[in-house]
Amino acid sequence: MSAGAHSSPSVGPEEYQPVFTEQMLEQLQEILARYPTKQAALLPALWLVQRARGWISDRHMAEVAEVLGLTPAYVKGVVTFYTMYHQHPVGRHFVQVCTTSPCNICGAEAVVQALLTATGAKELGATSPDGKWTVIEVECLGACGFATPVLVDDDFIESVTPEKVPEIVRKYK
Amino acid sequence: MSDDLITLTIDGVPVSVAKGTLVIEAAKQAGVLVPHYCYHPGLPVAGVCRMCLVEIEKQPKLAVACAIQAAEGMVVNTQSAAAKSARTSVLEFLLINHPLDCPICDQAGECELQDFTFQEGRAATRYSPEYPKRFNPVEDFGPDVLYVPNRCILCTRCVRFMEDVAQEPVLNVSERGDRAYIGVHPETRLDHPWAGNVVDLCPVGSLLSKDFLHKARAWELDKSASVCTGCSQGCNVTLDTRENVVVRVRPRPNLEVNRYFICDHGRMNYRWMNRGDRIEAPLVQRGGELHATDWQDAFERVTTVLRGAGGRVVTLVSPRASTEALFFARELFRGGGLDWTGAFQVVMGEEAPLAGVPDLALRAERAPNGRGAELLGYGREYAAALAAAESAAVVLVLDEPDIPVRTAGTLIYVGTVLPERARDAHVVLPIANVAEEEGSFVNRDGRVQRYAQAKTAPGMARPAWWVFSELGAALGQGEPVGSAAEAFERVAQAIEPLRGLSYEQLGFGGRPAAVPAAV
Amino acid sequence: MGYPHKPHPKETVLLSRYFGEADARTYKGWVKRGGYAALEQARAMEPARVIDIVKESGLRGRGGAGFPTGLKWSFMPKEKKKPHYLCVNADESEPGTFKDREIMRWTPHALLEGTAIAAHAIQADVAYIYIRGEFTEPLAIMEKALTDARSAGVFGDLKIHLHRGAGAYICGEETALMNSIEGKRGNPRIKPPFPAAAGVFGMPTTINNVETLAAVPPILTKGAAWYKSLSLSSPKSTGTKLFSVCGHVQQPGNYEVTLGFPLKDLVYELCGGMRPGRTLKACIPGGSSVPILDRAETESCLLDYEGVVERGSMLGSGGVIVFDDSADMVYQIMRLARFYAHESCAQCTQCREGTAWTTKILERILAGQGKPADLDLLLDLAENMTGKTICVLSDSCAAPVVSGIKKFRSEFEEYIAGRRQPVLVA
Repeated sequence: MSAGAHSSPSVGPEEYQPVFTEQMLEQLQEILARYPTKQAALLPALWLVQRARGWISDRHMAEVAEVLGLTPAYVKGVVTFYTMYHQHPVGRHFVQVCTTSPCNICGAEAVVQALLTATGAKELGATSPDGKWTVIEVECLGACGFATPVLVDDDFIESVTPEKVPEIVRKYK
Repeated sequence: MSDDLITLTIDGVPVSVAKGTLVIEAAKQAGVLVPHYCYHPGLPVAGVCRMCLVEIEKQPKLAVACAIQAAEGMVVNTQSAAAKSARTSVLEFLLINHPLDCPICDQAGECELQDFTFQEGRAATRYSPEYPKRFNPVEDFGPDVLYVPNRCILCTRCVRFMEDVAQEPVLNVSERGDRAYIGVHPETRLDHPWAGNVVDLCPVGSLLSKDFLHKARAWELDKSASVCTGCSQGCNVTLDTRENVVVRVRPRPNLEVNRYFICDHGRMNYRWMNRGDRIEAPLVQRGGELHATDWQDAFERVTTVLRGAGGRVVTLVSPRASTEALFFARELFRGGGLDWTGAFQVVMGEEAPLAGVPDLALRAERAPNGRGAELLGYGREYAAALAAAESAAVVLVLDEPDIPVRTAGTLIYVGTVLPERARDAHVVLPIANVAEEEGSFVNRDGRVQRYAQAKTAPGMARPAWWVFSELGAALGQGEPVGSAAEAFERVAQAIEPLRGLSYEQLGFGGRPAAVPAAV
Repeated sequence: MGYPHKPHPKETVLLSRYFGEADARTYKGWVKRGGYAALEQARAMEPARVIDIVKESGLRGRGGAGFPTGLKWSFMPKEKKKPHYLCVNADESEPGTFKDREIMRWTPHALLEGTAIAAHAIQADVAYIYIRGEFTEPLAIMEKALTDARSAGVFGDLKIHLHRGAGAYICGEETALMNSIEGKRGNPRIKPPFPAAAGVFGMPTTINNVETLAAVPPILTKGAAWYKSLSLSSPKSTGTKLFSVCGHVQQPGNYEVTLGFPLKDLVYELCGGMRPGRTLKACIPGGSSVPILDRAETESCLLDYEGVVERGSMLGSGGVIVFDDSADMVYQIMRLARFYAHESCAQCTQCREGTAWTTKILERILAGQGKPADLDLLLDLAENMTGKTICVLSDSCAAPVVSGIKKFRSEFEEYIAGRRQPVLVA
């Protein structure tokens, strides 16, 4: 029997640094002004956390919940629904490769393999030993005519082929 | 016909319902049970399980009966080939990941997945045995609830209960697609005074009560209608017994009192009903000790004392005693010019409301019949009564262990368990507890509610109303009553707010007495 | 414009006119190109008049459903008693579709202008533009354009906000989109109630696709009659459409043609046809959720709402995915099923379990362990997954499976009979 099968990697309470300090709260206030409910600021608030910390832990979820007047369990239900929110730490650079059919028939899977090799990540979802890269396959990125599109962090790179991969990987420190 | 009623046809049966009634509810009135999982009358509609798909004439697609309002002239067919095939397919989809746990699953025998699969499922699955079933480990959600994700059909009743009825959203649906499961946040587990209801609501054996885990099989259980004795709310419950032992308490629907729910305090409030250390025979004081005897002898002892009694009589009663017992206990001392004091005390606790249901809470008064005792003239000044009892001529105690250490007069103890201080009693009479008799309580709102007998009383113990009625007859007060119903009739005749009520009228839903509700 | 290529003479360049011109993204650049004149025009009219114009133009929703836009706007309460909302669906996640992205990248102000006109027509106080989380570049460009236009005072009292999604195809479904804006899981809602009655935050709401709204300004400036006249076949399908062509063509990209345009010409002429030595095997005309067309159907299909239905499919989002004879149809259909299984929100039993089961069966077939009964099983599951759920994701998974087995049955049988080398490991 497991008491916490789906808990995030633990961040001890002593070590926890709140995300919503004064400056962040100001940003949040601006966001809150856009919606008639606090709850509607949840997705934007989670993006703020991920931008600040790189991922969203159970503790972060509890902090967001408190700030928005929601329950931690509720926030967790939302976080786990949307695949772009990381529930565990990832490499310094997060790579998303589309392999849905339109890109698939244009060689997307070969691009994935090339990326796994070039980054040293070896396995999908795993972080490379040097902590620099995590590569995952994603569903349609909405750039099917520019196969294969690859998102590296916020950089949307079009028309990637296995040949172009080493050059792309080199660009990121 | 009222303007607010509309008529529709369900499986050929015409039925008239109020405007706004859901088709699934209209079907109930037509005697048709539309198979369903996620729908529950006490929860907001979800429409996700898709089990209740029915065919509605003139509509191109099947519709879920739980989310459609009945309309005038609607013709609904729940047994059409399309509807049946749709439901069969839903069952097949549910069963591809659902493990064949029936032999070890608590829900077996009272499982809606079993029931509907027998009724309209496929005989064999087409899901290849080569595919492993989805697996997640069992989770301990909180004080009493275990979650077995593998059996979960994601009906979301539990999530909706906590969100909408308990108004504390501590359960969520986590993840997406066939990876989804019910989740909690590690910092706020399922710890809520009304959390146990999710176990009842779960149609399958996914949410389980730790208390009930592996205790009994559903088909071994006898069920009796009863009223919770945990507090003065008077929630309607069902007592499940197995071989004369109460093993589980579950809510019994009553839209006027507890709707479909009971709190965890009431849910766990049954072990005392099975105590083994009971008074099993009438006892009389002889040579400094209590000795067992028969009822006739015991009654003779008591009537001797009562006939000769004069002056102060103090009756200390438990607010858990039935209305019938309380009445006849008082009647014993009517006439004869006795100075009678009757009193009870109530253990108090913290109130715990069920936020989403008006006027429903675990009440601070932790006793079911304080109101009934009041109606019958018993007071709450217990300390004063205790003091008076020390010098009273006769002290009659009804199942209340907090009695004076010594009394100048005669102590007659009528109870279920013998407290240390009652060892000096002149006579001790054994009675049945709430699970072992028929009776009634008056809840805090003045509602009179019956409870039925769930198990037999031990030894020679008899219902308290019988004991006092027989004593009264022995004292020349007239014929004794032969049943709890008859006992109640006498009460109703004598007590103004209960005038006109009877067991037949009360049924098992109860009726309000003509009293103002408690503040 | 066959962006990123030069416009083909057979294109009708309207929405894509300024694709590739960086200056067109700026406020000043857009005004120079005649931008925001339509908004001024609309503001001078009664909302009801604007609705009538759009109704007359015959503009239909370009997100996939093809619902008449003017009619949808007219569902909003005429008398405003509560706040009205407009939601712009920029969640573009339908495989094969990549047009809204280009509109936002190159002509963000066209979208903003169309949004503002629509907001005026439906008397909305607030508009949310829901952009999928992966569209980092369109997000940045829209952010800048919005700031610039706002400072120029173009929107008056109207508040336009960008709302970033976080990775969920299902949030392109209009009711799921509203739930996502409200800070909830992206679960589609049961209808009724319909958005115009109770939408986002329970208020009257209209949801429109990016391309639909981008078409609104020219309808106002050039007139409904003009837009209506742009029709090559069915009079019920008017205007131009950006077709996102991808897959096995020489020049994938966005091509804008008048509705009714032959699919054959789009693929063989505008897109430069097949790669050397290859022949067209299959084509999905409207995004992966619509039935697959075989070669004969593709070559005789007219690209408008009625024409594609006639060929047994749907215009949908206009995402044209072309498969040549090198494509493994069984593998690609499996990959599509896997897409739907990944994106299912988990509410409805048939979708939650059915999309995953369908994927598993197809994987098993590709691993060389298929059985003859599998095809009938797949078809039966597809039927059980169609028309029985809250939204149509489930039906969308069934579409390629049913059409795929119907038209490319031999490819499935090859795997099942062991005549084709397995491509997956069990």
